[in-house]
Amino acid sequence: MHRVYHRIERIAGNVITVQATGVAYRELAQVTSARGVSLAQVIRLEGGRVDLQVFAGSRGIATDSQVRFLGHTMQVPFSQSLLGRVFTGGGQPRDGGPPIHENPIGIGGPSVNPAKRIIPRNMVRTGIPMIDVFNTLVESQKLPIFSVAGEPYNPLLARIALQAEVDLIILGGMGLKHDDYLFFRDTLEREGALSRSILFIHTAADPIVECLLVPDICLAVAEQFALKNQRVLVLLTDMTNFADALKEIAITMEQIPSNRGYPGDLYSQLAARYEKAVDFDTAGSITILAVTTMPGDDVTHPVPDNTGYITEGQFYLRNGRIEPFGSLSRLKQLVNSRTREDHRTIMNTMIQLYAGYKETLEKQAMGFRMSDWDRKLLKYGRLFEDRMMDLRVNIPLEQALDLGWRILAECFEPAETAIPTRLIEKFWPGNIAAATAA
Amino acid sequence: MSDNIGKIVGVNGNLLTVEFEKPVVQNEVAYARLGDLRLKSEVIRVRGHYAEMQVFEDTTGLKEGDRVEFTGELLSAELGPGLLAQVFDGLQNPLPKLAEECGFFLKRGHYLDALPRDRRWAFTPTVETGASVTAGDALGWVPEGIFRHRIFAPFSIPRGERWTVEEIAPAGEYAVEHVVARLRDPRGGRHEARLFQRWPVKIPIRAFAERLRPTEPLTTKIRIIDTLFPVARGGTYCIPGPFGAGKTVLQQLTSRYADVDIVIVAACGERAGEVVETLREFPELVDPRTGRSLMERTLIICNTSSMPVAAREASVYTAVTIAEYYRQMGLNVLLLADSTSRWAQALREMSGRLEEIPGEEAFPAYLESVIAAFYERAGVVRLNDGSTGSVTIGGTVSPAGGNFEEPVTQSTLKVVGAFHGLSRERSDQRRYPAIHPLESWSKYEGVVLVDQVAAARDVLFRGNDVNQMMKVVGEEGTSIDDFVVYLKAEFLDAVYLQQDAYHPVDAATSPERQRYVFERLVRILKTPMRFESKDAARRFFQRLTQTVKDWNRVEMGGAEFAEIERRVEAMVAEVAEYA
Ligand SMILES: Nc1ncnc2c1ncn2[C@@H]1O[C@H](COP(=O)(O)OP(=O)(O)OP(=O)(O)O)[C@@H](O)[C@H]1O
Ligand SMILES: [Mg+2]
Repeated sequence: MHRVYHRIERIAGNVITVQATGVAYRELAQVTSARGVSLAQVIRLEGGRVDLQVFAGSRGIATDSQVRFLGHTMQVPFSQSLLGRVFTGGGQPRDGGPPIHENPIGIGGPSVNPAKRIIPRNMVRTGIPMIDVFNTLVESQKLPIFSVAGEPYNPLLARIALQAEVDLIILGGMGLKHDDYLFFRDTLEREGALSRSILFIHTAADPIVECLLVPDICLAVAEQFALKNQRVLVLLTDMTNFADALKEIAITMEQIPSNRGYPGDLYSQLAARYEKAVDFDTAGSITILAVTTMPGDDVTHPVPDNTGYITEGQFYLRNGRIEPFGSLSRLKQLVNSRTREDHRTIMNTMIQLYAGYKETLEKQAMGFRMSDWDRKLLKYGRLFEDRMMDLRVNIPLEQALDLGWRILAECFEPAETAIPTRLIEKFWPGNIAAATAA
Repeated sequence: MSDNIGKIVGVNGNLLTVEFEKPVVQNEVAYARLGDLRLKSEVIRVRGHYAEMQVFEDTTGLKEGDRVEFTGELLSAELGPGLLAQVFDGLQNPLPKLAEECGFFLKRGHYLDALPRDRRWAFTPTVETGASVTAGDALGWVPEGIFRHRIFAPFSIPRGERWTVEEIAPAGEYAVEHVVARLRDPRGGRHEARLFQRWPVKIPIRAFAERLRPTEPLTTKIRIIDTLFPVARGGTYCIPGPFGAGKTVLQQLTSRYADVDIVIVAACGERAGEVVETLREFPELVDPRTGRSLMERTLIICNTSSMPVAAREASVYTAVTIAEYYRQMGLNVLLLADSTSRWAQALREMSGRLEEIPGEEAFPAYLESVIAAFYERAGVVRLNDGSTGSVTIGGTVSPAGGNFEEPVTQSTLKVVGAFHGLSRERSDQRRYPAIHPLESWSKYEGVVLVDQVAAARDVLFRGNDVNQMMKVVGEEGTSIDDFVVYLKAEFLDAVYLQQDAYHPVDAATSPERQRYVFERLVRILKTPMRFESKDAARRFFQRLTQTVKDWNRVEMGGAEFAEIERRVEAMVAEVAEYA
């Protein structure tokens, strides 16, 4: 029995209030107004009053618009026919194809029992030395790209997705520019990957609340595929828009904000989504790569800050490069002991020396005299930036490690690098060292 | 089951407003009925005929008018043999067992006994009929792994009161629910004691003779901690730091190497993956102290970030209650809580829903006293039988924006005995562990001599001063003597304060080795040295650093260890300036 109500008592922001009985917390309703039909979800019950957040926004809703409770929570269809299709944030077809109704599943389900997780163990090769060598991506990792607007984060996301060996790509767009949506679709199509992709796209032109659904829908579908032994890569761009939608609802509900207007549960809300990344014991996996744009390039802004505390590292994209400082893959140590024996040493040494280079740059900017050591660092820093950091470089890990040794040998004496003697003996490119010493 | 029934009149996230008629108790447990499911919750405020309750589960689907069953009991933990090596959620449900029953996902409303009911334990009584006992006295013991797990008279025996043992079970194999003793209180009341008891998690167990001052060092085998910023058994410390600075890695290392009997890991609102590492690796690792699996001394309470928020708070209390319980057996227990900020945030979320007047950053005004009361549960105690036991608490703090001037860090700093502040600058430079050597502090005594520590700190501070000055006047404006001080500070940092967590030898340095190596390093720091140029000085210290780092990577006591030590001394002798 669907219950229908015709009297809306309060309309504020994107939240409407009706008097109703027998309504369940988080139940869905259909709100019909002159502007059309929208879904809405119960976000609070209090003394007979029911608050609903309207996904299409409250604009055009009249006090006598119809509210019809559906008796279930948000659902999304799950079937193979999702592959190759594009949907809106609310799960409606965006590509002109037929709607899909089969096999509805709930979204925002319970967490995986930690006892059913396994330690991630497979490296995801990207061909990008700043990732493969310094911050290795691992299957089932959750990792955002931190960047300011204007950086090529979506192309980077697409590049990693296409290079990664996964069975399925699910793209969740939140507040995506229409051009960017087309870029993703066309790139996937061109590279022949669209048939193993599913797109849930909320664009900047769509009602803002609808973007709240995108991560949950993507991850619910991903979870089902992962349980069927698929390795799924979920791309979420841009999670800052998701957080801003949360903020908007919180303010409408007159919640006390904790930090710059964001609700106190921002951490839990983001974690509930990112924690869906998983490597299942005896089934597939979900890897999450997200984009978090940083308002004002400020990593202490609540959205990147809370994200950093949740995810397993981050790629810091700045000036078109993945910065070694600020970037981190927390899972790298699970795989980089099994790649090549010099991997960890090259990773640490090159970054420590690069830190030295940055200090020297500061000294140089102050007009101080450069010592021999400073000059070595300057040479090193430039080589590192040109040959390793440039995003156009596309080489396998092993070649990147060899390249690392060559750069070191072109700039330093072995002892200056503090690399263990054992590795120096094995890997230091002797002829180059001799050549530069001469 | 009590027959006190209430009715839901409001649902706001995980906060329920419930109308009731019969009396309710603050903090009592109640179950919200959702069809066949019973969702555990706790009364957190009472106003007139309305109780406000935090639900430890997702509240989706609850309706106004749904039933709530009050139990009259406070949120409690089960204390008895079988706790060690377990993995519990914040409400003490054993997760592996839950996985057997429910599969991949957690299922709300599904609660299991914390202690296995079918397992039998070999009980040996230590009292006789007619004995009089008080809270904290043992009635007997059972073997649990490597420990003698004491079975206690009820902790609820009022202070100063003695109960008489009317009956005690003979030695034998019993399950935890078996009544092993019958006791009579002075008023003639009869009580039963089993192999386990329940204790309300928010109330400290105080069944001991007296609290002592923490003086003995708790060695972690992390050099910068044991040498410069030590932790004491029974003490408290905190590790604040921005994301990715290394808080969790530090705690994982500590859980592995710390010199204690039992480690309780409370993963509170953090990543599930981190718990999985411990959970899957520890059973395979051998504890060098006992030769047994490391898991046998470990217990994990995990309420990860996507698990219900209210249970985060419960999880730290469950953990500390279990820690206090093992302390009662004369054991040294270390509780590692990661991260206390998540628990504070859970308080904040609840406070917000209760519409309490917010304090700074919307945290509730009582945040400080809640944090203080939690750390107060650490301590060394002298037990009734004269032996001692300790609970040490180390908590991480995750300050917003990495800025320590925020309520949780500040409230914590007021009450702890040591502060290991992690710095973004150091972690960016991969100077791990990223504990800031100039800003951190400890009120406890460490494993090396204090005057050596003072000498080393002096070099670190002066080296930092020189470094700051060089940023203004450049290397050319710095005297060679000052420059050498700077190089010495960097050297000490590189070879001693930094430690390679992933190297089999370097990862853990025994106190003996710390004493040995530190004494020699301090001697090097104190050696006046002469160099022809700054470049020559830099080259010397680069070579010295590399050699001492090689030294760190070999086992102490072997031929190679002695050989490298000789090399180091020869190198230093070459540049030493003898007055
Ligand atoms: N002692 C160490 N040695 C080597 N690497 C380390 C060390 N400590 C931290 N790291 C590196 O930094 C990463 C992040 O560390 P960790 O997860 O402990 O940070 P955290 O402070 O707990 O962050 P968060 O607050 O987000 O949980 C690790 O995955 C590892 O790569
Ligand atoms: Mg951590």
